[in-house]
Amino acid sequence: MEDKTNVRSLIQKNAGQRNHINEKVVPKIFLIIASISILTTIGIIFTLIFDASKFFSAVPLREVFSTDLNPLSKDPSFGILPLINGTIITSLIAMVVAAPIGLTAAMYLSEFATDRARKVLKPIMELLAGIPTIVYGFFAYSFVTPLLMKVIPGLGAKNVISPGIVMGIMIIPLVASLSEDAMSSVPDAMREGALGLGSTKLEVTLKVVVPAAISGIMASFVLAISRAIGETMIVAIASGSSKNFTFDLTKSMQTMTAYIVEFTSGDAGSGTVGYYSLYAVGLLLFIFTLGMNLLAQYITHKYREEY
Amino acid sequence: MDYQEQINIKKIKKEKTNINKKQNNYTFEISRKRINNRILLNNILKKVFSLSTVFALLVLGLLFYRIAIDAKGWIDLQFLTSNLSIFAEKAGIKGAIIGTVWLMLIVAPITMSIGVITAIYLEEYAEKNKLSAFLKVNISNLAGVPSVIFGLLGLTVFGRLMNLGSSILAGGLTMSLLVLPIIVVSSQEALKSVPSYMKEASYALGADKWTTIRKVVLPVALPGILTGSILSLSRAIGETAPLVVLGIPTLIMKYPTSAMDNFTALPIQIYYWTLDAVLTREYANLAAATIVVLLAILFLMNSIAIIIRNKFQKRY
Repeated sequence: MEDKTNVRSLIQKNAGQRNHINEKVVPKIFLIIASISILTTIGIIFTLIFDASKFFSAVPLREVFSTDLNPLSKDPSFGILPLINGTIITSLIAMVVAAPIGLTAAMYLSEFATDRARKVLKPIMELLAGIPTIVYGFFAYSFVTPLLMKVIPGLGAKNVISPGIVMGIMIIPLVASLSEDAMSSVPDAMREGALGLGSTKLEVTLKVVVPAAISGIMASFVLAISRAIGETMIVAIASGSSKNFTFDLTKSMQTMTAYIVEFTSGDAGSGTVGYYSLYAVGLLLFIFTLGMNLLAQYITHKYREEY
Repeated sequence: MDYQEQINIKKIKKEKTNINKKQNNYTFEISRKRINNRILLNNILKKVFSLSTVFALLVLGLLFYRIAIDAKGWIDLQFLTSNLSIFAEKAGIKGAIIGTVWLMLIVAPITMSIGVITAIYLEEYAEKNKLSAFLKVNISNLAGVPSVIFGLLGLTVFGRLMNLGSSILAGGLTMSLLVLPIIVVSSQEALKSVPSYMKEASYALGADKWTTIRKVVLPVALPGILTGSILSLSRAIGETAPLVVLGIPTLIMKYPTSAMDNFTALPIQIYYWTLDAVLTREYANLAAATIVVLLAILFLMNSIAIIIRNKFQKRY
């Protein structure tokens, strides 16, 4: 009898101790380590705002919102509009390629494809998504541009069409997989209802599934735009570094990301206005992409129909 | 009279039904045509839709074919084991390979430990409060931040503030932060797939939470965690922009021997050789050959990830 009580009290004692140390300390340590991700965000925002503010105090706002960008000359000017223009145009070209192809691919994979076809096609899409962007950049510059030069006369070796198209190809898998997720979460009962009324599969897809999944599809488009805006290496290689403000697609343009890459790999001395301009462009880029990502989240939450 | 009338009525009825039949036939024709058209449209668009999936496949094939053609004859032992050179024929990527390996030696332990611990916290410990919700939103937004921005962060914090310059350590730390959200999300998925009855059984035997996580949850989730980690590391290997922003030089004549040394990596090498291809056509071949090496490494890593997933991951 004596032994038994001893064991019981031992267990109680041990259990109490263990609970005390592990259950209190471990979560706290883990929380501290988990907050590194928050620190990263704070670090990003802080460095961008801190150095961008130096830029904005050195350069008048009227100059910032001009079309005159010439950071390396003796009398430098820092108009940001050419960069915004280049970014928007390349992203638009990318979306013109990615939105229809990605969406129809998603429709095919979700509604028409047999299980066997899906098993082959989906990994290929994933493969396309896993290729590093630098490889796409090389592809755009050494293959797509020369190919387009044969079709479009007067196309420069650096232009915005080729990187735009290749960027579109790069984000097809993103649009396709996100839209397909949205479509395949539409319940079968709705499809069967429409099929039972005599619809063809196409009508079911276009008139039932797509409207039901529209929030997910829109979100995938917005995320794709965000990816296109933030994409760096393709445009850095294939769209060149011309800082002209133009709408001519056959000409070279520079995007915000390409500007950052070009300027850092050059010799921008720390402390110059040019160096701080990197952070101003970075801040703008961050705001653009964050805005797009938040918009995508808002769309999925606000317009999602629950079944 | 009566008889005649009856016949008349019959005639009229017959005519009426005939007209009806004609009309029925007519509407039937129309609707059959419409149905045929609808089915035709269905079949045509089905083909069109499948074409856009095939398009992706075509592009992939074209890309591989193009790069293989450009790289043909340029990949040999000499290319893999010699140093950089201004002569394209003698140039090699040994330095870049060593640099990439060094980079992974830093990125892998850092991201895996921080990423898995963050995932464990979020899945197992975090209560449903504002803090954990904020953590989750933060991580998903961090995943959407362009990689150049991480480059700027690395340049400021690691490069200038900590004075690491463009060393392996600076590059490794920047890359670690970049892939951290991916590892966290994939580890969370792996942890979620551990069935709750296993945890409950462990609790019922008197184990506390930490013991349960260490001895039950982690071993079961390990294949999933490893798969996700390898996939995000392969993302880090191909990532170029942050390294360029950090100012990683290309012309490294000395191989790195410590984490504080300057280095060059495979994607950086591809970038500069592609840019220089305007001057010397052979550089495009060198870039293509380096791409082949890079893709081979990625392919190998992805295969390992798939093997781990298929062999060790059980569905509960």
